[in-house]
Amino acid sequence: MFDLQGFGDQLLLGVWMTLRVAAGGLLLGLILGLIGALLKLSRSRIAYGIGATYTTLIRGLPELLVVLIIYFGSAGLLTRAAGFFGYDGYIELSPLAAGITALGIAFGAYATEVFRGAIQAIPRGQIEAALACGMNGFQIFFRVTLPQAWRVAIPGLGNLFQVLLKDTSLISVVGLEEIMRKSQIAISNTREPFTFYFVAALIYLTITIIVMIGQRQAERWASRGLERPNP
Amino acid sequence: MNWNWSVILDSLPQLVEGTWLTLELVGLALLLGGILSIPLALMRVSHSLVLRNTALVYTFFFRGTPLLVQLFLFYYGLAQFDAVRESILWPYLREAYWCALIVFTLNTGAYTAEILRGAIQAVPRGEIEAAQAIGMSRSLLLRRITLPLAYRIALPAYSNEIILMLKGSALASTITLLDLTGMARTIIARTYMPVEIFFAAGCIYLLLTFLFVQGYRLLERQMMRHQNIEAK
Repeated sequence: MFDLQGFGDQLLLGVWMTLRVAAGGLLLGLILGLIGALLKLSRSRIAYGIGATYTTLIRGLPELLVVLIIYFGSAGLLTRAAGFFGYDGYIELSPLAAGITALGIAFGAYATEVFRGAIQAIPRGQIEAALACGMNGFQIFFRVTLPQAWRVAIPGLGNLFQVLLKDTSLISVVGLEEIMRKSQIAISNTREPFTFYFVAALIYLTITIIVMIGQRQAERWASRGLERPNP
Repeated sequence: MNWNWSVILDSLPQLVEGTWLTLELVGLALLLGGILSIPLALMRVSHSLVLRNTALVYTFFFRGTPLLVQLFLFYYGLAQFDAVRESILWPYLREAYWCALIVFTLNTGAYTAEILRGAIQAVPRGEIEAAQAIGMSRSLLLRRITLPLAYRIALPAYSNEIILMLKGSALASTITLLDLTGMARTIIARTYMPVEIFFAAGCIYLLLTFLFVQGYRLLERQMMRHQNIEAK
């Protein structure tokens, strides 16, 4: 269909990099999202303040700006921190590390709201029942709250993951060799920008479709305890 | 840590200049995209299979691919075709400004159409049947019943789309436009003070979203005032 002039394997390497960034961002973002939700639901005003500041700041900033800040800003901070410990060299995050950090932070801010809603959707009586059984806070969170919050959170998280996948393209701006960057490299050799950007678009569409199918499976799996038997 | 306030102060006029371009692009794209979304949403709920699928493919493409790919496809991609380069539109398609505006419009049009489609489908059936019963024509029904009701239903979801568009507009900087992000990157290339300048640009973005959210809340209250008697 398209003549990739031998750049097909390079594009595949780009796909692999995109998936790695997306997976890393997802993992970091889920952790940050859970922490953020717990902070925002906390009775402590300070904890709530930290959580609220995090979500308000990140959701108000363009993702591209977050990527640029993490990539260019972290170098100065890290070098200074290393200097404090007696290391004189220059330290900077690799594009991969910066990309995963930036996307994870952005994902986490939105996931905070999803998790918060999901945790709040758990009936109060269940927490009380767990307390009555003598569970401590950790046990309640990991045995009662979290397993049920997943079910409510999965549709929201799936949508966020699709946004995250598309945002991985932003990391190409700082030179990470994912789909977009690989396309640019191919274009500088072949001078066929439309072909390669169109192929890149089709790759993203394919990944989106796969994620949509996976999301439906995950939703079905998560709510298997609630499904009505098929007539 | 030695924080350099004076470099922020010095670059402020340029950042404000970039802010205007950001606002101009976002405002125009939202306006044109809003117009585009009406026929698209109506196609999505049409009875004709061809119309429905055309709109479906369109929205799926623009919602399923990154905005960056769409921008590059238009700005760098179109030049691959001689037919485009020889057409009378080329003086416009060559300009980053027009490319960004076209892509943002098409993109927000697709997202808005999807919001509007959901809202149209959520208009209570009874209202439409009542309008049909008193003999309204289809276009009158659309103008007086379906669309006004759908716009109210779509209002909360649409505010998210506006914020996404504002944040997405930062990508204009990748095709050489000097919007707020582009201006910040240019200043950094000259001063090499990334933390301070990005901090300043970030503050402006936050201020824009804050002002917008406040303004939108007023608008929403105004348009929903028939319902808000009991809810504060």
